[in-house]
Amino acid sequence: MKKQVLDEYIIYDEQTQTYSMDPEQAVRDDVEKNHWKNTVKTILKDWRLYLMLVPLLFVFFCWRYLPMYELLGAFKYPVNNLPVAEQNYSGFAWFARILFADPSRSTMFWRAFRNTFLLSFYGLCFGFPMPIIVALFFNEIKSNIYRSGIQVLTYLPKFMSTVVMTTLTIMLLSSGVGREPGIVSQFLEWTGLVSEEAANKGLLNDPQYFRAIYQITGIWEGAGYDSIVYFAAIIAIPPTSYEAAQIDGAGKMAQMKHVVLPSILSTLVIMLINRIGSLLSVGYEKVYLLYNTSTWETADVVSTLAMRWGGIAGAGNSGGIIAQAMASAAEMLNNLTGMILVIGANTIARKVSDVSLY
Amino acid sequence: MKRRLEISELIFKVLSYVFLTIFALACLYPLVYAFSSAISGETVVDANEVILLPKDIQFEAFRYVFNDNIFWTSYSNTLFVTFFGTLWALGVAILGGYALSKKRLLFRRGFNFFLVFTMWFSAGMVPQWINYKNTENVFNALAGGDLDNKWLIVIAMGMAAMNVILLRNAFEGVPSEIEEASIVDGATELQILTKVYIPMSQSTIATVALFFAISRWNGYYWAQQFTDQPEWPLQVYLRSNINAYLLGGTDEKFIIPDGYGEFSVNSFIYAMIICAIIPILIIYPFIQKYFAKGVNMGGVKE
Repeated sequence: MKKQVLDEYIIYDEQTQTYSMDPEQAVRDDVEKNHWKNTVKTILKDWRLYLMLVPLLFVFFCWRYLPMYELLGAFKYPVNNLPVAEQNYSGFAWFARILFADPSRSTMFWRAFRNTFLLSFYGLCFGFPMPIIVALFFNEIKSNIYRSGIQVLTYLPKFMSTVVMTTLTIMLLSSGVGREPGIVSQFLEWTGLVSEEAANKGLLNDPQYFRAIYQITGIWEGAGYDSIVYFAAIIAIPPTSYEAAQIDGAGKMAQMKHVVLPSILSTLVIMLINRIGSLLSVGYEKVYLLYNTSTWETADVVSTLAMRWGGIAGAGNSGGIIAQAMASAAEMLNNLTGMILVIGANTIARKVSDVSLY
Repeated sequence: MKRRLEISELIFKVLSYVFLTIFALACLYPLVYAFSSAISGETVVDANEVILLPKDIQFEAFRYVFNDNIFWTSYSNTLFVTFFGTLWALGVAILGGYALSKKRLLFRRGFNFFLVFTMWFSAGMVPQWINYKNTENVFNALAGGDLDNKWLIVIAMGMAAMNVILLRNAFEGVPSEIEEASIVDGATELQILTKVYIPMSQSTIATVALFFAISRWNGYYWAQQFTDQPEWPLQVYLRSNINAYLLGGTDEKFIIPDGYGEFSVNSFIYAMIICAIIPILIIYPFIQKYFAKGVNMGGVKE
């Protein structure tokens, strides 16, 4: 007898084609809601299972939720060496200062907020379609050996650590202070994409190139690897679908539209929700390793700004504990907006199609 | 019946061969270039005359890296952190994922939300830093002295809700009849997990282990914040050299010690990069299929 659990409550029976309530879930809900005294008894009876959960909850509580408690510092007057609970409330003073009241801080905050958004937005525009294109191209290569060879090579950059990746970027673009421009800079100069002056100055020292460098290295790193999931969907299309379209006289574009697109649509929607949801979380490690004082204009994101204000950016330039409280406030604003985006994107996707992420 | 390709199909085919070949070469090129530069002579490297193949070959840079004690200490630190970090995170995630996969678990939705929420919202850099600092103090107090901060990296950093959810989904896929049969046979909860569930979800566990291992191996920022020189992982040591010799973080010049022939500081850094990625290149063919599988499991359901 084949049964499929649709929701936690409803069981669909394929043989009789009927829906039925999961009686056990009703019991569980009943216990959770009405008989809370029985809860302890139920847990004790099954204590081994609950014990298995303890380490996981402990890890998440200590190192994911306790930091959220430290966020309270964004609403307090900071005092050195005093736990955040004992400090006095400042209300939204720090938020007001980074948003508008303190011009020097607020310009930095809004710049970082804009950069965070733009870096991921350009990622959505350029980085998001690339894996799909790569997967479509992979599908054209019928020789298995050649295709697997190419696939292995294109996944390779994903395996390099951020430090190695950024080091290669730094060295290939500008091989150091007072040296000749790196090999890639030379190539770009030769093609005329960048001027000689810019190449000599170092492309990573020029704010106008940072976003492009960030996106291109991102594509270089992820396009091959991210194409796997689309390729799996494309390769599952039966060849007869293409043949039928070809007999109807469909060219390549028409085949794309009517055969390929429908089959990758659900994957595409999931990936898109993911992207939109993470519009305000930029890989801070990569920015931190690639940016420098001369590119703050376009490179500084909220996380790296918070690192500097918080005095935890290596060569930190913290303005003390007040700046630390403002760093907390800045990131809290950013991450809350990000959370609203995730939930919003997911809700919309659930309304428009059947696909949703959470 | 063989059909002639339409012109649009032909163009697309040619385009895909050309594009993918160029892309694949672009993925390979930096590594080849790094290796060539690592074994090329000082003047050639400094003048950026290496394009693809090494010129004026020397192995002094590699010899220097092989004899660099800090490099190998850092290497062993990274191996330590990767091994124990993966072991700890995987153990915790398997136990927790197993419990969460059970429908009979009370407050299951609440626990799931507890995990998933951390994917939506994180406290941010400064609160996380304060939290790790407090953790360091607690660990030191527990150890009754200055505990090696590698343990902080192993235990406190690197848990990811996504990985737990992948494991939970895999365990949910195991047919419940098998569990019922084991209960009838008198198996305890732990036996059911180790004898039934783990063998039946091997490939997911391998994938998740790989995700944990990669994140420990690659971790830079927090390791740099919380470790000092003898405890440095490889990534931190690598970056410290970049900062010192390439980005002008300090005024020290790279001085080749006695007993070594001439080589450029760039060759030294490229040689370190090659040494750092060789283990990955060696195991890459074996783990690649798990990596490919992991992406396809990415869809989350609640």
